[in-house]
Amino acid sequence: MPLLENAQIIEDSWTLVPDDQPLPDGDILVPLSRLAEGLGRNGKGRLGVVLKADERVDALREALPRLDLVSLSFSIFRDGRAFTQARSLREHLHFAGAVRVTGHFLPDQYEFLLRCGVTQFVIPEQSDLAVWKKAHELVTLAYQPSVLNERQEGFAFRRFLSP
Amino acid sequence: MPQTPTPPTDVGRYAYDAVDRTFLKQRVEQFRDQVQRRISGALSEDEFKPLRLMNGLYLQLHAYMLRVAIPYGILSAGQMRTLAYIARRYDRDYGHFTTRQNIQFNWIKLEDTPDILNILADAEMHAIQTSGNCIRNVTSDQFAGAARDEVLDPRVHAEILRQWSTLHPEFTFLPRKFKIAISGSAQDRVAARFHDIGLLARKGDNGRAVFEVYVGGGLGRTPVIGVKLRNDLPEEDLIAYLEAVLRVYNAYGRRDNIYKARIKILVQALGLDAFRDEVNAEFMAMDRNRYRLQPEVVEAIRARFASPVFEDASATSAQLAEQVKTDPDFATWVGTNTHPHQRDGYCSVTISCKPAGGIPGDITSAQMDLLANLADQYSFGELRITHLQNVVLGHVRKDGLLALWQVLTANGLGTANVGMITDIIACPGLDYCALANARSIPIAQKLSQRFSSVTLQHEIGALRLNISGCINACGHHHAGHIGILGVDKRGEEAFQITLGGNAGEDASIGQIIGSAMSEDETVDAIARIVDTYLVQRKPGERFIETCRRLGAAPFKDAAYATA
Repeated sequence: MPLLENAQIIEDSWTLVPDDQPLPDGDILVPLSRLAEGLGRNGKGRLGVVLKADERVDALREALPRLDLVSLSFSIFRDGRAFTQARSLREHLHFAGAVRVTGHFLPDQYEFLLRCGVTQFVIPEQSDLAVWKKAHELVTLAYQPSVLNERQEGFAFRRFLSP
Repeated sequence: MPQTPTPPTDVGRYAYDAVDRTFLKQRVEQFRDQVQRRISGALSEDEFKPLRLMNGLYLQLHAYMLRVAIPYGILSAGQMRTLAYIARRYDRDYGHFTTRQNIQFNWIKLEDTPDILNILADAEMHAIQTSGNCIRNVTSDQFAGAARDEVLDPRVHAEILRQWSTLHPEFTFLPRKFKIAISGSAQDRVAARFHDIGLLARKGDNGRAVFEVYVGGGLGRTPVIGVKLRNDLPEEDLIAYLEAVLRVYNAYGRRDNIYKARIKILVQALGLDAFRDEVNAEFMAMDRNRYRLQPEVVEAIRARFASPVFEDASATSAQLAEQVKTDPDFATWVGTNTHPHQRDGYCSVTISCKPAGGIPGDITSAQMDLLANLADQYSFGELRITHLQNVVLGHVRKDGLLALWQVLTANGLGTANVGMITDIIACPGLDYCALANARSIPIAQKLSQRFSSVTLQHEIGALRLNISGCINACGHHHAGHIGILGVDKRGEEAFQITLGGNAGEDASIGQIIGSAMSEDETVDAIARIVDTYLVQRKPGERFIETCRRLGAAPFKDAAYATA
């Protein structure tokens, strides 16, 4: 499925490794249960972890400096736990790698996710990029700070959202 | 570029500037786009639903309902006229004030909604987050900035919370809705202990606000009295601390069962101490600087509220004392419908939206326009909607009361029943709501008619009667001294009675006294309960006090006694 980053569709170099298969070379995404195994796979590519909605971000605390990607998921768009996971990764754990979301989420949540620190979006096939672009550009102001540290507008907590 | 501040013009209300207005217009366009995507099929109804709910649009039994936000209950006269216009142009010439100090329009067309939101935006109003699983309209004291017992005007912090919670990127898809109330008075008039978060503000040693924080209260299927989470939250940490509470809730609140998804269930499941530990861990870990609420920010928000320019009206008290001597009906109304003001010679007036036999909280377009005019004439152009579904004029000179009362009386708004048994809270019930088991409005009307005698009501004294058409408790029946709960009894509408609920500092939850009865049987049973109180009470004892002293037994006997 298309991978959206910085308003563009990019090549996805990452391979999701199922539970029961050996870890290949290259950039791989493993479940939290295989984190240690992934970390032990020295120098053969980058490592990312898939964090389920009910798994604590804290579980990645030690490993984060060696991870390049954390992938969060929406089983349904109404389940907003990934927002808090993303923001905790950025704000508490100072994770500087990519944060990806997969599953069922809407263009209408795109701006919120960006402001929570998500950088990569796995979107449905045949998605109209114009809809996502519009969702990002329609509203240009926010009333609270975010991990993006947007430019202050000058009054109270207001922030200019980046175009 | 910082904007040139717009000097505030409307008393009691946060004045928007160009940036706020642009934001609202963008939000309207966003919703217009969402409606179009729904109509084109790009959004499924399931996907569209939370988006429309976040803009206050419900699908009820017969039509769409639009719930417009009235932040902490404050309206300017001009805004009230806008609501009257919407009622007249897009609805059936009336609106309904809700228990969250908002207004609902019950007969709205989906395709009209973007235009209505646009009209609202022109009046600096919106319907943002009046529904959905997000932070809802923050409620406050209807006598804010006026009450004699107030220590701190809670509207400034309520506005800060409104702004902070508006389209919050992290907390817009919570497990369930989230309600915050804030009070700045020793007397809790906001039902702080029946909110997801209740804030009681006081002044700290440095002159800045300090908050007592209650968490996990609420009514609904599982009524719970909120517990104190913190006693001494400094103003500068208000946003940071609420962020921490909301994060813990968003991460760990239940999502498998919507009836167990409110924060009260999480607090109960973890226990208060463990919940507090989670909140504190979050609070300690977060970047507090980012969320620090600086005094300059608080003062900048405060400066957007225009204050009334009071006159020396101290002589008016004597004049009023003379007037009440000569007109007993007026005296009765002054007794029930006015509240002590900070300034000598002024008072706050509660205008009852519960006439005898009327529908609690309903108001016609013509009445809205009248109230707007009266606000201009008597109260600096400012109005407040109360969570008890009435309207308040905050700052009325006592020498204007008689003329005000006469106009109200001539227009069906002069009922002297505030705090009395006919000052009923009722949800819309099965007449409108798809969730309801029974109609709340007809039984409210019958009870209102039954007890319509002002003499009888004053004999009975303070009594809160609340009616919900189903277990979701939108009519706050658990918080009523007497509560009525509509149920479905083998396909028929029936009603259970609860006794002993109360919303204030000594909050308690009403308990069901027995099996459900028909509408007319329930009205009769309540009359017998009230008679029992009149016989059993000690001198000066209010209904709730007699109820607590005697327990439910004598009232239950009376309720189920056959004539």
